[in-house]
Amino acid sequence: MTQIRPQARSVVERSRVLAAGAAIVGAHFIADTAVFVLGEEALLFVDKEARERRVAVHAGAILASAGGDARIITGGDDGAVMATENDGKPVAIATDAKRRWIDRVAVGPDGAVAWSAGKQAFVLTRNGQTRALDLPSAAGGLAFLPKGFRLAIAHYNGATLWFANAQSAPQMLDWKGSHLDAAVSPDGRFLVTAMQEPTLHGWRLEDGKHMRMAGYAARVRAMSWTADGKGLATAGSTQIILWPFHGKDGPMGKAPKMLAEHEHLVGIVACHPRQPVVAAGYRDGLILLAHTDDGTEIIVRNPGEAPVSALAWNAAGTVLAFGTEDGVAGLADLA
Amino acid sequence: MPEKIPVTVLTGYLGAGKTTLLNRILSEPHGHKFAVIVNEFGEIGVDSDLVVNADEEVFEMNNGCVCCTVRGDLIRIIDGLMRRKGKFDAIIVETTGLADPAPVAQTFFVDDNVGRLTKLDAVVTVADAKWLALRLKDAPEAKNQIAFADVILLNKTDLVSSDELAEVEGRIRAINHYARIHRTQRCAVPLGEVLARNAFDLDRILEIEPAFLDSNAHEHVHGHDHDELRHQGHDHAHGEQHRPAGAGLKHYHDEDMRSLALRTNNPLDPDKFFRWIQNLVATDGPQILRSKGILSFKDDPDRFVFQGVHMILDGNHQRAWQPDEKRESRLVFIGRELPVEKIREGFQSCHA
Repeated sequence: MTQIRPQARSVVERSRVLAAGAAIVGAHFIADTAVFVLGEEALLFVDKEARERRVAVHAGAILASAGGDARIITGGDDGAVMATENDGKPVAIATDAKRRWIDRVAVGPDGAVAWSAGKQAFVLTRNGQTRALDLPSAAGGLAFLPKGFRLAIAHYNGATLWFANAQSAPQMLDWKGSHLDAAVSPDGRFLVTAMQEPTLHGWRLEDGKHMRMAGYAARVRAMSWTADGKGLATAGSTQIILWPFHGKDGPMGKAPKMLAEHEHLVGIVACHPRQPVVAAGYRDGLILLAHTDDGTEIIVRNPGEAPVSALAWNAAGTVLAFGTEDGVAGLADLA
Repeated sequence: MPEKIPVTVLTGYLGAGKTTLLNRILSEPHGHKFAVIVNEFGEIGVDSDLVVNADEEVFEMNNGCVCCTVRGDLIRIIDGLMRRKGKFDAIIVETTGLADPAPVAQTFFVDDNVGRLTKLDAVVTVADAKWLALRLKDAPEAKNQIAFADVILLNKTDLVSSDELAEVEGRIRAINHYARIHRTQRCAVPLGEVLARNAFDLDRILEIEPAFLDSNAHEHVHGHDHDELRHQGHDHAHGEQHRPAGAGLKHYHDEDMRSLALRTNNPLDPDKFFRWIQNLVATDGPQILRSKGILSFKDDPDRFVFQGVHMILDGNHQRAWQPDEKRESRLVFIGRELPVEKIREGFQSCHA
């Protein structure tokens, strides 16, 4: 095969792949076991020794997933919120009374779980109670803040910050338009949403100051914080767009870093958990690692297949799990 | 690239018979499997996990386009449905009786993921033969639904006389000359006339002329450069060109909604054309509900096809012109208070 990026090192031969039998819509790790979320019904566990285990979780499509420390939370079009551990049976955390689709799920730092259905968001509190919040529209994104049992909910015309354990009124952050994803910086100072337009919006939470991050070719469908928490890597362009969040103003007035340019869009990004490295999956199936300091690239997977739809690192950063829209699941051993 | 899933949008004013058509589609044996996005559970007589309830969340876009709205719920639902691709081969979107079809149609152009995975096949409007004429007077939604349609089911024809039927058909034609009309009772129509029409990819524009002539409503004397104005509204400058209406179908002027067709054998200059059409929809997009066209550019072996909803345009080189095919450019506009002369002159200035 012709080397598509002559300047880049290739580790393509260090990947092994398997056919998952359905589109892969998410990837997570429980310790060193990779968990691939399939578009329909099942999770596919692949352990260090490459043993596969398929676990039926939902009765239909799996619409959302989030990884906790020891379990995977999923939401389905069967109205169920499920928790699945490595060796256990899936457990229903909640079932929507009207059997509405579970559109989004999120896992908090202490294992708290949030989900959304219709124009409502829900949180399962530590003492096992379910709290609900009515929203102005369906939730586009959910993200817990690092402290205080507080949930950020992106929706139409802004975002809401909700102390799910307290009686205090939720705080509204206004910005016109449809907000479809949410990411909270690891220091808890910034909330960033991906909008229907090809742009990001952000708020500095201490004072509600707005940030606009524009210039994308397409809607941003993936965001990932760098290991040091000072950068936000994003999809939506033919490069990885990395916004700086190290100053007190975040990315305001600063240009992003642009890494690993390719002829196709970046569809998914995942930052390495320890190193200044971002993994990016492109629409044409290419997977690259890019060093955020010097832009050095490593090819993990050559293009020519379906769009890359899932990426996840194990905690040590030695294995990268990837998945594609046509059901290829892979593990790249980078130790 | 995998085949895009075709989407049929089903509109119609309250009580016209949308649910009847939907139940027919879902229960008749035709070998197709549909995912259906409905606005009310319970009305559908089919229990399937591929029937999804929608909330009709209409969202404004912040892209500087004042009439640009999308169905936020549709973006989310199609994203979810496409996780089950393989389980169905087409999608039907039912809208509420009071819905404007524009946000639904625009969703397919605005959201890149929806546009990548699915394509708008046709807007099908069910109209009540007895009440449509009244609704066109008092309900702007009903008029929008007629204007947007690629296919119209003129339903409940058993409840009206042939004169009333001719009258309501004339009213429809006054707004939308280019839709295929089917007279039905209880929405009984061969489903192939409703589904998989490919109406939005424009090939059918070339079929429209014969359908119009068959209806024998009236004929225009074609202008020298073959542009034609389908409907003159209250501008009667060309009124004398109308021949008397043929038997059985009346000719009406709608108060404000009309269709306009332009065509030319002169090849177009692509730079001039794109500058013109983009400028036109930027200024007059709010009035232009639908636009579509097949274009022949100078020194270009391929047909260029485009379609638009309000200010949003979407176009592509489609295929090579066939050796025996007439290289003709055709454009259709359907809208409210269209600036007819301005459009016509602008189009003429695009000749190469």
